[in-house]
Amino acid sequence: MPSNGSVSDAPITQFINCRILKEHTLQREDLWVRDGRILDPEKLFFDEQGYADRRLDCGGAILAPGFIDVQLNGGYGVDFSTPSEDPGAGVAFVAKKILEHGVTSFCPTLVTSPPSVYHKVLPEVKVQSGGVHGAGVLGVHLEGPFISLEKKGAHPEQFLRTFGGSGGVRPLLEVYGGLDNVSMVTLAPELAGSQSVVEELSQRGITVSLGHSVANLSQAEEAVRQGASFITHLFNAMLPFHHRDPGIVGLLTSDRIPAGRSVFYGMIADGIHTNPAALRIAHRAHPAGLVLVTDAIMAMGLPPGRHTLGQQVIEIQGLHAYVAGTTTLSGSIATMDMCVRHFQQASGCSVPEALEAASLHPAQLLGISHQKGSLEYGCDADLVLMDDQMVLEATFISGVEVWRK
Amino acid sequence: MKLIILEQYDQVSEWAAKYVRNKILLFNPGPERYFTLGLPTGGTPLGCYKKLIEFYKNGDVSFQYVKTFNMDEYVGLPRDHPESYHSFMWNNFFKYIDIRAENVHILDGNAADLPSECQAFEKKIQDAGGIELFVGGIGPDGHIAFNEPGSSLVSRTRVKTLAMDTIQANARFFDGDLSKVPTMALTVGVGTVMEAKEVMILITGGHKAFALYKAIEEGVNHMWTVSAFQQHPQTLFVCDEDATLELRVKTVKYFKGMMHVHNKLVDPLPGSLKKN
Repeated sequence: MPSNGSVSDAPITQFINCRILKEHTLQREDLWVRDGRILDPEKLFFDEQGYADRRLDCGGAILAPGFIDVQLNGGYGVDFSTPSEDPGAGVAFVAKKILEHGVTSFCPTLVTSPPSVYHKVLPEVKVQSGGVHGAGVLGVHLEGPFISLEKKGAHPEQFLRTFGGSGGVRPLLEVYGGLDNVSMVTLAPELAGSQSVVEELSQRGITVSLGHSVANLSQAEEAVRQGASFITHLFNAMLPFHHRDPGIVGLLTSDRIPAGRSVFYGMIADGIHTNPAALRIAHRAHPAGLVLVTDAIMAMGLPPGRHTLGQQVIEIQGLHAYVAGTTTLSGSIATMDMCVRHFQQASGCSVPEALEAASLHPAQLLGISHQKGSLEYGCDADLVLMDDQMVLEATFISGVEVWRK
Repeated sequence: MKLIILEQYDQVSEWAAKYVRNKILLFNPGPERYFTLGLPTGGTPLGCYKKLIEFYKNGDVSFQYVKTFNMDEYVGLPRDHPESYHSFMWNNFFKYIDIRAENVHILDGNAADLPSECQAFEKKIQDAGGIELFVGGIGPDGHIAFNEPGSSLVSRTRVKTLAMDTIQANARFFDGDLSKVPTMALTVGVGTVMEAKEVMILITGGHKAFALYKAIEEGVNHMWTVSAFQQHPQTLFVCDEDATLELRVKTVKYFKGMMHVHNKLVDPLPGSLKKN
């Protein structure tokens, strides 16, 4: 029976027989949802004298917040950075597919590209809520082109840029065409003029991430002081840790982080891009900052074998994606749920910790943890149902089932 | 009175829960006649609530046609504070069973007009036809609900200032900080509980032994308000061995000798009246 209607007439769903991730542990509690948000059942009982309209039996499974992937370049043959007839449709296609991996919100990522690509693609990729149609788009992650030449990785050299002398975000506006629908920018802080850029982007509410950079620790700390709060795929595309200048990696244990602020760092936990021992070092040094990302490329989701994707021929063997005929990795293809499981096994952390690295921490990074990445009352009911091995059974967005195994 | 003496806390919880369960089943409540139950909070009844939840989950009993009236609530504590009695009842009992919210009555310690709130509560009990079974505990100072030493034995629901003994006993729920414990509460009166058809008092632990002694082996006295129930026609005291430590050996032997009779009140589940 529904409530007395004093607050709302919307139907109430009660997830029963589940263990929910709350207060950093798995608790045997029911989860109540109304109007796409998590409901406080005690308030419902005493204030509204209400109960659930329907009960969903979870069969003893784990119910956790849906995963948030802040670095996803494409998948299933779609590359977000390659302009197509309808970039929006490409994003939507991938958004629907990643529901199967438990991802309920993500940041479509564009690698270094010429301005023409940004001008064509960005206006078509809008922030939008998820649902049956697919995971929600939180905003675009622009990885480049203001990055270091020496650490460009797979980014095309000819499109790398510097900030120029004017200061502020004007060069970014020119290159990108605008900053609407952008939630994160990865840049190299050692580039001249970066300070005012970092400051202004942060003031605009855009997360600034350090990556593809040869910055030393002081330069990285200066950028954090200006507002930078993330490290793009820790260890990859940056100077290696050195005991007299730890570089960007040193941010994990820096004592120069301003009070009340946190530095988060992305980890690709596919077992390939980072040695498990390195993963453990980072995790043990700063567990609260670890954010699992897939950094998956367009080959993710495709079956094993050869695939021609745009200009590249890629060979997929298991979790490895090579440039065909070589042993050069062309990018990661692990799905988010695989990363969560691998992270838990490699680090030996608890299930709640592994789940939080893919939900709570990215939400905190983006400043949206009051709404996403958590099962606190009032948060969006974006959920994943899984067994004790963290193998997914179902995905929900706003309390509605959007995928079932 | 019936004095039921069991070995330990768990046996007390189980016996008491079975008694409540059987009482509800025998009453056979329905949409036209509700079973009215008075309920306590605190450490003592926790085990009993857990057992009742188990019986509900097994399908042995339903709370659909049960109306509850809690004994008390702190004044001035926000209703969603984790130590409020509303929170206690929700987290330890109501959220696990099929009781309807409109059948739950707990005093509102944040009401604008506290005396009116108390009067309204008395009226709700009256309108419900009185209370069939009032379950309660006993404080170390022998109080029932928040009827502190010196409370009138014919008192009704009202605002009470808590005694220092009670504040100290409750400090453990407020991080051990005496300044955080509420100093006033709304409580049913001794007279209110005396009007119930039947009263069951749960007492466990050696620290309650002296209060139990004062309550049943000495006279009726407003300094030990539970002693009022010596004048109630149907009272049960359910306690563990430790709670009997201050009683006369003779008293304990007498009542222990009657356990085979008293156990008949709980052990056969009234089978034909099991909830469908």
